[in-house]
Amino acid sequence: MAKRHLDVEKKLIGLADIVIAAAGKKKDPAISIPVRSLSNVTFNAKKGYIEMGSNKQLRTFFNVGMAKKFMQTMLVADALAELQKADLTTSLREIYYRTKHTMGDSLENTFDDQAESDPLIEDLEVGLAALREEFHVRAENAGTVIGPVVFEDDGDKVDCAKLGKGGYSVPSIVEEEYLRIKKCSADFVLLIEKGTQWNRLAEDKFWRKYNCILLTGNGQPPRGVRRLAKRLHEEKKLPVYVLVDNDPWGYYIYSVVKQGSINLAFESQRMAIPSAKFVGLSSADPQEYDLPRNVGIKLNDKDISRAKELMNYPWFQKKEWQVEIKRMLASGLKYELDALANKDFQYLTKQYLPKKLKTRDWLD
Amino acid sequence: MKTPTTDKPRPHGKTADEMGKQQREISVSEFFTKNRHLLGFDNPRKALLTCVKEAVDNALDASEEAGILPEIVVKLEPVGVGSAPAPAASQATRFRVTVIDYGPGIVREVIPRIFAKLLYGSKFHRLRMSRGQQGIGISAAGMYGQLTTGKPVKIISRTGEKSPAHYFEVQIDTKKNEPIILEKKQIDWENHRGTQVTIELEGKYQKGRASVDEYMELSAISNPHAKFTYHGPDGETKVYPRTIQHNPDPPKEIKPHPYGIELGMLLKMLQDTKSHWLSGFLSTDFSRVSSDTAEAICKSAGLSPKKRPRDVVGHEAEVLFKTVQNTKLMAPPTNCLSPIGEKAILSGLFKQIKGDFYTAVTRPPAVYRGNPFIIEAGLAWGRGPEQAALDAAKERTSPLAEGESHDGDDDELARVMRFANRVPLLYQQSACSTFKAILDTTWKNYGIGQSRGAPPAGPMVIFVHMASVWVPFTSESKEAIADYDEIRKEITLALREAGRRLGVFIKRRARAHAESKRRDIFELYIEEVVGACKRLKAGKLSESKLRTQLTDIAKKITGGQKTDEMLDRSAGPHGLPHSIIVTAEGIEGAAIIEEPPATPAAPPPPETRTKPAARKAPPRRSSPKKTSGKKKK
Repeated sequence: MAKRHLDVEKKLIGLADIVIAAAGKKKDPAISIPVRSLSNVTFNAKKGYIEMGSNKQLRTFFNVGMAKKFMQTMLVADALAELQKADLTTSLREIYYRTKHTMGDSLENTFDDQAESDPLIEDLEVGLAALREEFHVRAENAGTVIGPVVFEDDGDKVDCAKLGKGGYSVPSIVEEEYLRIKKCSADFVLLIEKGTQWNRLAEDKFWRKYNCILLTGNGQPPRGVRRLAKRLHEEKKLPVYVLVDNDPWGYYIYSVVKQGSINLAFESQRMAIPSAKFVGLSSADPQEYDLPRNVGIKLNDKDISRAKELMNYPWFQKKEWQVEIKRMLASGLKYELDALANKDFQYLTKQYLPKKLKTRDWLD
Repeated sequence: MKTPTTDKPRPHGKTADEMGKQQREISVSEFFTKNRHLLGFDNPRKALLTCVKEAVDNALDASEEAGILPEIVVKLEPVGVGSAPAPAASQATRFRVTVIDYGPGIVREVIPRIFAKLLYGSKFHRLRMSRGQQGIGISAAGMYGQLTTGKPVKIISRTGEKSPAHYFEVQIDTKKNEPIILEKKQIDWENHRGTQVTIELEGKYQKGRASVDEYMELSAISNPHAKFTYHGPDGETKVYPRTIQHNPDPPKEIKPHPYGIELGMLLKMLQDTKSHWLSGFLSTDFSRVSSDTAEAICKSAGLSPKKRPRDVVGHEAEVLFKTVQNTKLMAPPTNCLSPIGEKAILSGLFKQIKGDFYTAVTRPPAVYRGNPFIIEAGLAWGRGPEQAALDAAKERTSPLAEGESHDGDDDELARVMRFANRVPLLYQQSACSTFKAILDTTWKNYGIGQSRGAPPAGPMVIFVHMASVWVPFTSESKEAIADYDEIRKEITLALREAGRRLGVFIKRRARAHAESKRRDIFELYIEEVVGACKRLKAGKLSESKLRTQLTDIAKKITGGQKTDEMLDRSAGPHGLPHSIIVTAEGIEGAAIIEEPPATPAAPPPPETRTKPAARKAPPRRSSPKKTSGKKKK
């Protein structure tokens, strides 16, 4: 059941008004959309997250380079308004299919693939200052949670301590009106990059022994997972720890959880968890935990350039982080979480994490 | 190992005497029997092609030299092994190749040696542009047939209506490199003049690249003055009509240019010359050496101009050679070259290749190692308006699904057609200087895609022709042109010019396309935006008013570009030299397809008086009269 956001519908209709008004004045219709790129974000060190700047881009209709995008934006807005009226939720892919058709008798498609329609939805989120949930657009349920927490989802009680080793699939929309946190007795949240390592911990009942909630987003965590971690952190005051591979992409996943992403900078406030901690894998771990060099993987050119980019981001300027990344570059190697299995199948559960948590060996 | 006998230090060594006894002469024919790949008989499929090629080359050379417009019939028949019936073309392992021309014919005495003696011919000893060079080709083909099937070469030749036709069956004595005549007689022959060669050989017929079919197609392109009739082994007959009604200007024979010879050659010439004085030898046996220059050369070489050439040997010859190489001489004369010509290339490409744009470039003559040469390049681009219409019709039927694109075949690579003295080169493309030059050319500058180390992409045919008195091939089988800097440079220049013209054409077409599309697109988009607005406003909107307003704005904005387009159109399209543009509306530029003159048309044996021109024959007959139907002089 979706909740109707009247003001969102109004905002969408406002786009039609822009076109009508411009046409009446014989002017080129234009929508202003905030720029979503590194150049238009700033790191608010005080708040600890990334904020969007004020740069905007005008998307005009009668400009050969933008005409198609403008037309497509109007079609997406139309489809989103339709969802509001019908009070339904849908996926990005369904929006794409809904808006795809040939134009007139030309056989030219409005959209050729989904990659054209997805960014337009983000454009509208930013441009109209609305949230994706308010647009009634879900992402895929790409996350799983297990641990001593009880949710209420559409009236059903979900006790995440009684779901075997499979856990509960995190819905893409986890706002209060969709998902209530009824009870939570955990001490902390552990967010794991990889599903395989989450499985290891769930199977070993790590969460029971250490009284924590295990979350994974299978790679870059989707909004639902990030938002759920944020709510557990804010509402239940649980500290959040992040466990990722030791490579530039792992570092960035951690930073997205902590400070927010460049692309969705306007949502940082709702998503970012500035006090999240990085437990591993750190570039210091191979030595600390005696991982042999041969379970490392050589950094490729992309890894190296990405790592150098990260070092330039304002939110990676802390001394420890510069040291961390430099150490990885100096070694020339990256390590996967899975590499810990080289020592023992349960090394992660029985040795690595307990020691990390006990010695509070993490980065902030 | 326990060997008690230790008193035999050299168990198997041979003495010099023994070794000396093993030495003996190797005949050329024996050598080529063992090295058939050198002559293009490496595998059965290639052997079939080489055989056709050698016979056709000879027929064309002979007809042209005699001033007769070439008309050639090529027939391939599958043959059963032993008494078995003939299998289907694709299954057959033996073929009978018959090539008939209506050329000058060959005098009876030399027929056996032409077809059954290697390294016997008229073309090796003179510097004159011709297809054949060494006098190996046809006899090697005959020898290959003899080796693989045991069948002799059968020849019918007749030098004129009043002479009888001679029939020969010959084989080659591979040890002595001499012909063995198995049969010779006079017969009745329906053709008044010409030669027919039949060779039976082991071969394989397969269509596609480097097939006999492709060879015929390419020969028709490079010889628009010849008529070809091709009876394929599967019963298909293709006729390639003549589109140019006169022979190319007969190339002149030249003397070697001093820069083009090596010491050994000089020594040989010193021995063979008819001159009595060294200075006379230099000025008469070489091109571009005047008597003054000859005196100067002798002087700086420290030799008497009156010395007998035969006496110049050893060190003196070496000094002479070095001196000559260091003397400034004019480049060799270039009237010995007969390029195909831009018009004829255009005509050939236009006849054989469907396309939207054709262009041809003939470079001025250039020189490598003392040998003059000319490079010609041509391009055919596009699929032709008929195909475009078909494609469009196909597109019409359905919109594109995700992942499909409008131009599906875009990864198609350009087809390269290589020719040397009008002979198509079908093998060893990547070893050829032309191919390297094509890779070197930056086709992206002309709006054509190209990946690294690959020929350009797109529906394109690239034609490159090298005309020279001596084409430097990388091997005796004449498949690839050697990569001399001077040659590659000329090819690159020709390709650049052709590419530039194509670029202009492509750009112009793309722009016209984009302009017309731009307005259409706004119309379509306006419709979509109006629809979206109407739905957003829940129907509370005057659709037609919004549409009109938006259309007005669109017109105001795109109006300026319309004028641009008109200006551009008057500026450009006809300015491309030697090019043909084909559109659905018609053909722009001259595509000459000459109809045969309406005068006495008795094609097979044209009534022209000719003395028998011995093809490949060294005792050169008194040079045949040039009597091409058109020229009256």
